[in-house]
Amino acid sequence: MSTKDTLAVQCTGLTKSYGSGSSRVHALCGVDLEVHTGELMMLVGPSGSGKTTLISVIAGVLDRDGGECQVFGRDFNHMNSREKTQYRGENIGFVFQMFNLIPSLTAAENVAVPLIINGVKRREATGRARDILSRVGLSERTFSLPAELSGGQQQRVAIARAMLHNPKLIVCDEPTSALDHETGRKVMELLREVAVGTDRALIVVTHDARIFEFADRIAKMDDGYITGVENLRTDI
Amino acid sequence: MNFIALKMLVGNRAKYVGIVVGLTFASLLITQQSAIFLGLMTRTFGFLTDTALPDIWVMDPKVQYIDDLKPLKETESLRVRSVQGVAWAVPLYKGLLKARLPNWTFQACKDVGLDDETLIGAPNNAARQLANLRGSDAIIIDIVGAKSKLARILPDGRRVPMKIGDTMELNDHRAVVVGICRVQRTFQSQPVIYTTFSRATVFAPRERKLMSFVLVKAKPGQNLHTLCQRIRRATGLAAYTGDEFKTLTIRYYMKYTGIPINFGTTVVLGFIVGVAIAGQTFYSFTLDNIRYFGTLKAMGASNFMLLRMILLQASTVGAIGYGLGVGTASALGLLTGSTELSFRLPWQLLLFCAIAIMLICAISAALSMWKVVRLEPAIVFKS
Repeated sequence: MSTKDTLAVQCTGLTKSYGSGSSRVHALCGVDLEVHTGELMMLVGPSGSGKTTLISVIAGVLDRDGGECQVFGRDFNHMNSREKTQYRGENIGFVFQMFNLIPSLTAAENVAVPLIINGVKRREATGRARDILSRVGLSERTFSLPAELSGGQQQRVAIARAMLHNPKLIVCDEPTSALDHETGRKVMELLREVAVGTDRALIVVTHDARIFEFADRIAKMDDGYITGVENLRTDI
Repeated sequence: MNFIALKMLVGNRAKYVGIVVGLTFASLLITQQSAIFLGLMTRTFGFLTDTALPDIWVMDPKVQYIDDLKPLKETESLRVRSVQGVAWAVPLYKGLLKARLPNWTFQACKDVGLDDETLIGAPNNAARQLANLRGSDAIIIDIVGAKSKLARILPDGRRVPMKIGDTMELNDHRAVVVGICRVQRTFQSQPVIYTTFSRATVFAPRERKLMSFVLVKAKPGQNLHTLCQRIRRATGLAAYTGDEFKTLTIRYYMKYTGIPINFGTTVVLGFIVGVAIAGQTFYSFTLDNIRYFGTLKAMGASNFMLLRMILLQASTVGAIGYGLGVGTASALGLLTGSTELSFRLPWQLLLFCAIAIMLICAISAALSMWKVVRLEPAIVFKS
């Protein structure tokens, strides 16, 4: 494990609530969190504890109510909508619980989407997508549609998609919850192998205790608070 | 992003086909009904189209359309002739006669009496046969009438078209067919008979005045509208250019018949059905894909990119639906070309239909665009 001297994510006193009046729900109640480059940080906790809200705010897909949150030194609240979208497109990769692969696109085309969004020509983007698909062991399935792939294969395609444009931060929401134990482990091994690097950070939201061993640190959440951070790597 | 948009569109085959079918149906209904309406309206002034030589038509001021006949004194043609700027002015008789056919059946026919000396007023394609009208009891009939309503029906049911040399009786007067010409279909689809003015007045039932119109040719360089005004002032009669008379006729049919309302209702229904089916299905297609639009948004696709994708999807189904609808309408028009069905499909109507389909697509796309613009990218984390 490399040394971590750069802060990828720094959140201080983060708050977010939904609804209004008596039906107001406080999802984040002053969250402080730091994620370093080269680190795989897991957010764990029961349902409704605010894990997904926290990565949504960190990834810039949800506006916070209060507090500070910087991603590689940039604060989404100081950007306009266009800058926010562009920053997300260039610097953040997503892996979703249900994969969110577009059903009518082949594996290579799905992987190529982030590059196409960033203005890379389709031919070049799909070429690079095929390269990264072979890195995740799917060189034989580049022309397969998502429906023709197993759950594990679909998640590997999703990981390849999250990696292709070389983002600085990758956020994964329950990446193994739709997979069986063995496949889940393989997906996490792959994530550790290809997604963790000295210049980037990985945040994984999970319920799945069987994959905790892949984390560098685990932040435990409950009722909108971080109740503790556990360090699993001695070199961190 | 274009190929992603198109692959998303065709990937959802049921919705894609549903939207295209809805737009095809709307396009077909709008084009076909409008084309029939235009065809019918064109028939109302078919006689004016056939009689292209005169510049100006002079008539009783109370005439409202081409078949609204209010006879004039024959001397009116002399008064019109004396107006400054008139090169020539000739009388024209137009009336409805009952013809008794060789098999003793009766058929109502349109009778047109041409100026005895010049024979002005006949369609161009009859020019070679016009001289035959100088013969005794001579008439020229139109080919559609000759083949259908004036045809002789044999005992075995076969129709024998009326031909040159055949005779009929017009108001108890013998008439001999000396020529067959081609005319525009009339609104009432009656056979048309051309003869000389004096013979037409013999065929016609007794009336004090028998001249229907005075046909006028302007001298070269004359402004037709100015000449019309001059004729009105000098004679107290109504004077219209050919185009003005066509407009007057169309306006009458538009105002006093239910035709535009009937066809307009169908066209509006076609539009509403298009909006309802295509719009609803397109919106439902967008909802089906909302998670993927959200994913694209989270991955950095701007609202502008997503709107362009939706517009491309809407215009693709619009173009296909329009093409299929207009193609089917044209094919139906070709197939029914030889029947009584009127069908006229000018480029303006194609443009009108294209605009209608574009409007349907725009309304359909607007709903979807509204949904996507308001979409929170955080939706991607909702399971």
